[in-house]
Amino acid sequence: MKCLPSRPQTGGNPLMRSFGNILRTASLLIGSLAFGTLVAQHEGHDLPASGTVQHGVDAVPAHANEAPDHRASEKFNPGKMIMDHIGDEHGWHLWGHTSLPLPVILFDTERGLKVFSSSRFDHGHATYDGYALIDHTVVAVDPQGHEDETASANIWDISITKNVVSLFVSLGVLLIVFISVAKAYTRRAGQAPTGLQNLVEPIILFVRDDVAKSAIGEHKCMKFMPYLLTAFFFIFLNNLMGLVPFFPGGANLTGNIAITLVLALITFVIVTVNGNKNYWGHILAMPGVPAWVLVILTPVEILGMFLKPFVLMIRLFANITAGHIIALSFFSLIFVFGETNAGAGYGVAIGSLAFTIFMTVLELLVAFIQAYVFTFLSAMYIGAALEEHHEHKESII
Amino acid sequence: MLLASLVEPSFGLIFWMTLSFLAVLFILAKFAWKPILNGLKEREASIADSLNEAKKAREEIAAMNARNEDLMREAREEREVLLKEARDIRDREIATAKERAKAEGDAMLARAREDIRNEKNAAIAEMKNEVAQLSILVAERILKEKLGDPAAQKALVDKVMAEADQRKS
Repeated sequence: MKCLPSRPQTGGNPLMRSFGNILRTASLLIGSLAFGTLVAQHEGHDLPASGTVQHGVDAVPAHANEAPDHRASEKFNPGKMIMDHIGDEHGWHLWGHTSLPLPVILFDTERGLKVFSSSRFDHGHATYDGYALIDHTVVAVDPQGHEDETASANIWDISITKNVVSLFVSLGVLLIVFISVAKAYTRRAGQAPTGLQNLVEPIILFVRDDVAKSAIGEHKCMKFMPYLLTAFFFIFLNNLMGLVPFFPGGANLTGNIAITLVLALITFVIVTVNGNKNYWGHILAMPGVPAWVLVILTPVEILGMFLKPFVLMIRLFANITAGHIIALSFFSLIFVFGETNAGAGYGVAIGSLAFTIFMTVLELLVAFIQAYVFTFLSAMYIGAALEEHHEHKESII
Repeated sequence: MLLASLVEPSFGLIFWMTLSFLAVLFILAKFAWKPILNGLKEREASIADSLNEAKKAREEIAAMNARNEDLMREAREEREVLLKEARDIRDREIATAKERAKAEGDAMLARAREDIRNEKNAAIAEMKNEVAQLSILVAERILKEKLGDPAAQKALVDKVMAEADQRKS
């Protein structure tokens, strides 16, 4: 087992890293708008630190520095525990020291496609074939075990991670459930729904009548129903699966920015492709607005075009992640207090458990609300892109 | 580090998400959402049709009921008319019968009265005759008694003459 160096790094791919930087800056901007200058200044000081310098200090997993036999006596680190739970990992931690190894698939632009089991990394304690796992990220290492940054930039990591497995499981569930429900509709055409049909039909009707029809319009909406329904059930199912603390739930999929990014991107593509003359007219040259105002307004409208899906992405990600963080924080309190005194741990457990249960119940509500909000806003944006008449509506972000 | 790992989308996840989500989207669109939405639409249409038909049937029944009522009312009116006519006819018959009976009675009465009067007249006439004959008989007897002697006759003639003279003057 090679000891891995502690050095600043954030991720494997420069493209993703730059996107992360943009997002970080954007979230700080949003934060500064929301909490005022004090917080913004404070966070502003944090920015370079969290970006580069301090990174090395907390970047290395606790057990990467320590020998494996110290694992059991590791000091409990709630921040790390929470981040491990809401983040992604190669392999799926099931219980104790048992993990489900998952395939690591790397496309190295120099070395070609590499496929091997995540168990080869031994949870970041080992290197394999010139690759190592640092901070849940696969990086290239030289024979001495030091990260080779130029080689790491060549890695496109398309491993089947915990989140990818969760993604496949949820999509599989969606396929099984809705194809079987669809069969019921063709087999029992025109009859009252039974079983699973009963469960999903009210939601389908809700999405159709209260989301699509109200936001897009009676006739135009049918074209977009497949996306709206798939997005709704995908988000709803994964929100719920994220609340299940054990396999195959527990992956924080809808609280992962990559997932919400793709969903928001699909909405953006649908809106942009289906935008009619009226929609583009309102963006590029708002009718009835003097030319000198357009100089300001048009860039704002163009920005808004991208801001809408961006906010869709952030909202879902932030809501679900925040819920997980809060529930896990309450849970962590038990162990934080338990480390100082076992009695205190048990004492706090009562309150913590109550709060965790409360948060989880709240998250059940949020699971539905966020799926609804994402779908409804997507439908609103699509509806705005298809709008024919020349009414000036407030744009909703 | 914590924030970084959170907001940095991993390429692998984007890759798999895009690929698998779009695949599932297309599969579901073709094999699930289409039949489900069509099934819902058909069921809604059939329910709406059934409701419309039920409404139409209800309206038809109501119309039929109204027609029946009309018929009943007409029949009742006709019966009333018929009854009234019958009553009229009966009344008229009774009235004419009464009249005829009365007339006949009257006629009979009149005839009876006539007969009675005739009888009475005849009886009176007979009585008069009887009385006259009796009077004559009595007068004859009295005359025979009183005017048996010529003196008495002469006295009478004188008296009558005197009276006649008195009357003349």
